[in-house]
Amino acid sequence: MLGYYAATAIGSLRRSKALAILMILVIGLGIGASMTMITIFHVLSGDPLPGRSGQLYAPVIDPRPLARDHTESPEPDGNFTWPDAMNLLRAKRADRQAAMAGGAVPVRPTQSGELPFYETGRYVTTDFFAMFQVPFTAGSGWSREDDEARARVVVLGSDLNHKLFGNTSGVGRTVRLKNTDFRVIGVVDHWNPQPQFYAQINGRVFGKADQFFLPLQTAQELELDFNGRFSCWDSGGDARTSDHCVWLQFWVQLDSTSKAQAYRNFLLSYWRDQQAHGRMPRPVNAQLYGLMEWLAHEHAIPDDLRLQLSLSLGFLAVCMLNVVGLLLATFLRRSGEISVRRALGARRWDIFLQLGVESCVIGVAGGLLGLGIACLGLWSVRQRPDGYAQLAQMDVSMLLATFLLALVASVIAGLLPAWRACRIPPALQLKTQ
Amino acid sequence: MSHSPLIASLTRHKLTVGLLVMQVALTCAIVCNVASIIGHRLAQMRASSGVVENELTLIESVSVDESANQLAKHDTDLAALRGIPGVQSVAAVDSLPLSGRNWSNGIAFEPNGPSMTSATAYSGTPEELRTLGLRMVAGRLFLPEEYISLDAAHDWTGINRVPSTIISRSLAEKLFPGKDPLGKVIYPGDGPVRIVGVVEQMLRPTLDESESSGYVTLFPMLPDTASITYVMRSAPQDRDRILQQAKRVLTSLDSNRVLRNPQTFSDLRDNYFRRDRTMISLLLSAALALLLVTAAGIAGLASFWVQQRRRSIGIRRAVGATRQDILRYFQTENFVIVGAGVVLGVVLAYGLNMLLMERYALERLPWFYVPAGALVLCLIGQAAVLGPALRASTVPPVVATRG
Repeated sequence: MLGYYAATAIGSLRRSKALAILMILVIGLGIGASMTMITIFHVLSGDPLPGRSGQLYAPVIDPRPLARDHTESPEPDGNFTWPDAMNLLRAKRADRQAAMAGGAVPVRPTQSGELPFYETGRYVTTDFFAMFQVPFTAGSGWSREDDEARARVVVLGSDLNHKLFGNTSGVGRTVRLKNTDFRVIGVVDHWNPQPQFYAQINGRVFGKADQFFLPLQTAQELELDFNGRFSCWDSGGDARTSDHCVWLQFWVQLDSTSKAQAYRNFLLSYWRDQQAHGRMPRPVNAQLYGLMEWLAHEHAIPDDLRLQLSLSLGFLAVCMLNVVGLLLATFLRRSGEISVRRALGARRWDIFLQLGVESCVIGVAGGLLGLGIACLGLWSVRQRPDGYAQLAQMDVSMLLATFLLALVASVIAGLLPAWRACRIPPALQLKTQ
Repeated sequence: MSHSPLIASLTRHKLTVGLLVMQVALTCAIVCNVASIIGHRLAQMRASSGVVENELTLIESVSVDESANQLAKHDTDLAALRGIPGVQSVAAVDSLPLSGRNWSNGIAFEPNGPSMTSATAYSGTPEELRTLGLRMVAGRLFLPEEYISLDAAHDWTGINRVPSTIISRSLAEKLFPGKDPLGKVIYPGDGPVRIVGVVEQMLRPTLDESESSGYVTLFPMLPDTASITYVMRSAPQDRDRILQQAKRVLTSLDSNRVLRNPQTFSDLRDNYFRRDRTMISLLLSAALALLLVTAAGIAGLASFWVQQRRRSIGIRRAVGATRQDILRYFQTENFVIVGAGVVLGVVLAYGLNMLLMERYALERLPWFYVPAGALVLCLIGQAAVLGPALRASTVPPVVATRG
């Protein structure tokens, strides 16, 4: 019976070609636009570190003085002062913990004649590599002793290693960063979690991978330049090691929820302890965000994209309203046919089913068109200059979702018109003809 | 023409009419808000940075050799850059409007007092104001003896010793509303700083939504960092050549440096607003697509109604209605439907705006977008119905006699 309905559906669509094409176009546009944005969202809100993200937490404390005016944000920006980061690091209350900051240094190529170039990377502490499960192609990270001794060691990203040493690993060789020679002790395999959750969350959180890692204390001693927000309060200079400038990120690994609870309590007691020493005067309110929670809290996905998603869903809604109206019109136009069928014994349910199949046919056609438009949309997104652009790819789950959305949308769009049409009384229509 | 049959016929299609009204309302609400977002972004993009944008060329130099006397190196570089034919003036600066490198200080009226607002601190060599082409509206330029080192090596403590500042007019109005700011003392750091001049306008390195985008303080501090931006002023047509020459000149002076982002100020502006441009083109196409879909829906339904009513149109023609009457009937019907949609749309537009303000910190919908959007939708509705209505008006009276 469904096959017969599908055949009559295609037949009747053929008869009102212009309206059918219009409906397919409108569904296609709505589905295409919204699926482009939904796919981008799906890709960007993915887990940057599957398998480990559940155990990673970003602690947040607020070392600022009491608010003096309304111009400052009520929430801390999540960055740490040097003393706080070092205290938490040395307390070792988590399974693993690391402090870090983004940095940029001039790299001087080993061959003479080549000009120095800038590279961005990260100053981190020893646990960074094990905590984030950084894969190495050669060598490894450094030890806690190296941290304390401010060792001149560096781990290179795969691209920088290739740039400097070609296809061989640079482990054991020396690179000159700014004015200092560093011994290469490891080379990271292509590792580029998206978003770069451990960095300060800003417009550049998607995109380029870190190309070097070197000990934070070493970078501090050599006064290497760091990137990102550096905010200070009170007077007494903007010293990086002072307790009134926040600029470091701090991450901990906690293997169970009970450990997370314990760590939260530790943060609270740390805060109270600092208050006893005359610091951190704000009400004690330590937070511990899980990785995914942190990304949501910090709006890792740009607000512009959220707005675009809402807009595309609004567009889909208008398209669907349009299709409902057009379907209603095409169904009611066939009042005569329907009342004849009803007079010949078709039940309401039969009419409903027949018209439902008809809207499904339109939905499938619109879905196909929408898929094409979504692929085109994603292609155009990939041409954008933003860091997330390259991630905008259709995958199997999104492909299926596109079809499902098109089908569900068209069935829903067909429900009301079909319901209205199946209430056409038999015979009565015949009389008026 | 009496409107009662019109209303009566609309009530016979309650569902369809309701759907159309809803669609027009949603379209109206979305398009009004989209237009307001576009307008706001365009205004931001058009904001004058205060500098002579089409005459400036920039190049960043990062010296790898930190031990050297940076001030002396900058002087050597500046002298060499000044020698490039076509360069009218050149300055070394720590940051520029729209460059993204922002150093802000809280501005207080007393030592360690509460900060009234925060303002960007720009530092540069004595030719900075002339090179950037900033327009002074009051006061004087810095005196040679006022210049001190920024002292980046000691946490930028120059800010605590600098004697004078030139501020932007918008900052002056924020700090001293209605008063003459000249001679007033502010505390951007530990020490007192006297305001000696006011420039008409200068943007901060990064803009935000608020009016504070123009809060700027200029200081007579020489940037002594290893990383420095050289700004050259020239005739617009010389910029590209000067950029190439500047790269060669700086590399030949000292190859132990990294040159970054050689660009004209126009490039810098383009880069800064790249995302906004993408967003605007996206919003624009979304709004157009919405209007198109709605127009198509109106036209589709109208032509369906015309077909359905062929007989009654024929009867009306037979009993004396002119073609004009039929045409006007469908136009009026469309106006009633779209008008109802627009009225509902205006309410929805403000509702949507409130939601957007809350969720995305967007600005309030300026009132004129709403009547403009309503007008556009009414016009589009009329345009969409014109074809079907004209077809209706050509239905011959003889149709009434057929069955």
